[in-house]
Amino acid sequence: MLREITLGQYYPVDSLIHRLDPRTKLFGTLVFILSLFVADDIWGYGLATIVLIVVIRLTKVPFKYMVKGLRAVLFLLLLSVSFNLFLTSGQVLVQFWIFKITREGLRLAGFMAVRLVYLVLGSTIMTLTTTPNALTDGMEKGLGFLNKVGAPVHEISMMMSIALRFIPILVEETDKIMKAQMARGADFETGDLIQKAKAMVPLLVPLFISAFRRATDLAMAMEARCYRGGSGRTKMKPLHYEMRDRVGYCLQFAYLAGMAGTRLL
Amino acid sequence: MGIIKASRLIFDYIRRDDEDRIEEVERALDGVDVDIQKGDLVAVLGHNGSGKSTFAKHINGILLPTEGTVWISDMDTRDAGQIWEIRKTAGMVFQNPDDQIIGNIVEEDVGFGPENIGIPTDEIWKRVDESLEAVGMTAYRMRSPNRLSGGQKQRVAIAGVMAMRPECIVLDEPTAMLDPNGRKEVIRTVRELNRREKITVLLITHYMEEVVDADRVIVMDEGKIVMDGTPREIFSQVDRLRSYRLDVPQVTELAYELKQAGLALPDGVLTREELMESLLPLLKKEKREGTVGHGG
Repeated sequence: MLREITLGQYYPVDSLIHRLDPRTKLFGTLVFILSLFVADDIWGYGLATIVLIVVIRLTKVPFKYMVKGLRAVLFLLLLSVSFNLFLTSGQVLVQFWIFKITREGLRLAGFMAVRLVYLVLGSTIMTLTTTPNALTDGMEKGLGFLNKVGAPVHEISMMMSIALRFIPILVEETDKIMKAQMARGADFETGDLIQKAKAMVPLLVPLFISAFRRATDLAMAMEARCYRGGSGRTKMKPLHYEMRDRVGYCLQFAYLAGMAGTRLL
Repeated sequence: MGIIKASRLIFDYIRRDDEDRIEEVERALDGVDVDIQKGDLVAVLGHNGSGKSTFAKHINGILLPTEGTVWISDMDTRDAGQIWEIRKTAGMVFQNPDDQIIGNIVEEDVGFGPENIGIPTDEIWKRVDESLEAVGMTAYRMRSPNRLSGGQKQRVAIAGVMAMRPECIVLDEPTAMLDPNGRKEVIRTVRELNRREKITVLLITHYMEEVVDADRVIVMDEGKIVMDGTPREIFSQVDRLRSYRLDVPQVTELAYELKQAGLALPDGVLTREELMESLLPLLKKEKREGTVGHGG
């Protein structure tokens, strides 16, 4: 049951998007998200749709696989759509009992739904085509300028990559503790939500203790291998921009310009 | 002077209460003097709590002496300016394979050490290739460490240390959490590195079988070195080893018991072949005497 948790579900195929520098993809995702908030009419969303379709085709990831990510936000999607649908005032189209659907509400709800779906798809494309390591590397280098204002960029990206490495180990450990407690009569299955949550407490205590112990050991092992923070460190796999990344950035700016253009129309 | 040298090394674990008052002092190392020569494979034996792990942690400056001095290649471990040079010279492999692998891919983990000490990219790749080859893990270089067996993980950890080109490797009970196959795998790798790459190895363990073909065995008990010699010298003193709550290898024990029972066997038999060679003449002699006896 716990093994189903996947994080940064990388889909290993060889495509143009996969080969892009992670920084290009990070920036592209940012641009795309930004553009969704700029768009406010059918032209803007149309442009976003075309770009999204082209990029999805380029990733060579099956569309079905990509849509899986949407299930997680389905509830949020329904909630925001119904709020927009029923609570926007304006020209009334349909009215029954205390509900009324307005023209403006319909428009807003539709755009909201599209915006949310595109948001999720846009960021899914990045996690599907970028390994967690490339992602943290990209963040470290792409956000390197934040070092100048004293933000611990290297430390944060190191923390992220260690977290990614230890998630499966801790999941396995949780499984083990759960089984050990079930063997002694603990019950994680029955009862309502509150009872289930209560049953988790004796699970968390040993898990935390073990995580802290592992952290101490890992810190010692890292120090023994001469780790002393980001300064003076070289990279085994340094990031280099290629021609395709330059083209990628150009297209991103062209897209942004196009999106701004649709607002002027 | 050898590559690792300790002189009157004392280390106290100090437990403090909330107000920083000393609550309890436990002496883990109590006057350790040792001098380890370059290229040797030295095994350190001892029961739990004998101070062997504490000693290991002094070798690359994870712990610093309370009293006395440790030198690694003539560098004093208390000299903060040389600590990274010391850690580069003396690599360390720990007990739990999961808690010392940092990378999400095998080859990236092996590259972690060289990255830390600022090796140029091309050179890192060369070293990673060589180290993975040396421990026989080249085929697994693109795997996630989570999908490897315990023995394989430990070999990756050893490769990670090798990639820093150390002069000596300290292995702190590297096989304690492994199954028998993983244990053999790791010990074979360690031996090969010692022989082929001339790396000085300090192997800390409580499995006697792993000690048999070391160049030198050091036995620790209650923070002191109590025995020091070749495996043969050490294992010929079965009673004394038992008094330190240590067992001898099964073959040695069998030979010892046979000798106690009156057979003329040498002291400190270490391998099955040795036992066979010393038993065969005895058997032949017995046979000959037996037939002669009957004939007469």
